[in-house]
Amino acid sequence: MPVAAVLILAAGTFAIRFAGPLLRDRVTLPKKVNELMTASATVLLLALVAVSALTNGKQFGGWALAIGVLVGGLAAWRKLPFVAVIVLAAATTAGLRLVGVA
Amino acid sequence: MAAVALGAAVTGASFGAISVGSGLPWWLPVLMSVAIFAGGSQFMAVGIVAAGGSPAAAVLAGLVLNARHLPFGLAIGDVLGRSPLARIVGSHLLIDESTAFAMVQKDPARARAAYWACGVALFFSWNAGVLVGALAGQAIGDPSTFGLDAAFPAAMLALTLPALKDAATRNAALVGAVIALATTPFLPAGVPVLLALAGLLVFKTKKEEPCPSPQS
Repeated sequence: MPVAAVLILAAGTFAIRFAGPLLRDRVTLPKKVNELMTASATVLLLALVAVSALTNGKQFGGWALAIGVLVGGLAAWRKLPFVAVIVLAAATTAGLRLVGVA
Repeated sequence: MAAVALGAAVTGASFGAISVGSGLPWWLPVLMSVAIFAGGSQFMAVGIVAAGGSPAAAVLAGLVLNARHLPFGLAIGDVLGRSPLARIVGSHLLIDESTAFAMVQKDPARARAAYWACGVALFFSWNAGVLVGALAGQAIGDPSTFGLDAAFPAAMLALTLPALKDAATRNAALVGAVIALATTPFLPAGVPVLLALAGLLVFKTKKEEPCPSPQS
């Protein structure tokens, strides 16, 4: 993650945030565009979850990884605290690897 | 609001620790959190690069993710204040939580107070959390031994879960995830995640028909 990439993302994000208060007297977005923007955030995040839970960037990433993320997902679904979700996922994957599951 | 700030600190600490665990120097997640200040896109960018994706794909995905802040600003832009400095600083504090806190207040003065209090509190708790997490993360050796590669997707899944309650969003996201998985073996890392946006083709907005159609 080069510093330049961080700064470009920071500048772009600020421009998006600053545009709203600046343009609000002149622009109204159609409801459809609003909903598409919100949905696209979820689409991207779930896609990254799927790719990083199930692959190593090329092929199947192994059962230990997939089951660990599944356990974390169940914990989040059962409304456990965020930190518990992360610890359970990591501990499950580490434990499975320890007993020899790839 | 204290609970929200505490939650941000914990999420921030996770972000810091996981980022360092994925191979970044401790100051990079700290810089990201101060300069970008948008948790979802930070997880996204680090996740793509950690998976071997290009920084360009990471930046593009992060920007698409943060595009949702534009309608927020259009909706509540006047609570920031009218002076140029208030608009500049206030814009940087425009996040899901500060927008939500401002929108539940009907009185404009109280909405402004809620927006700024929430934005400032979360800015400090988020960044303090990231710093602590990043420093603590340096003690962790090989990330795969501790299952940190599972912590990343689990954290993002937890962030995404509430939005998946909406059926239209869920369908689009599931189609997108299938597209990303199916193209992963053939394309450079990071690109499949962007291709997932094609899932939006099945996204149907709630019907608001001007005149009722006969068949409905």
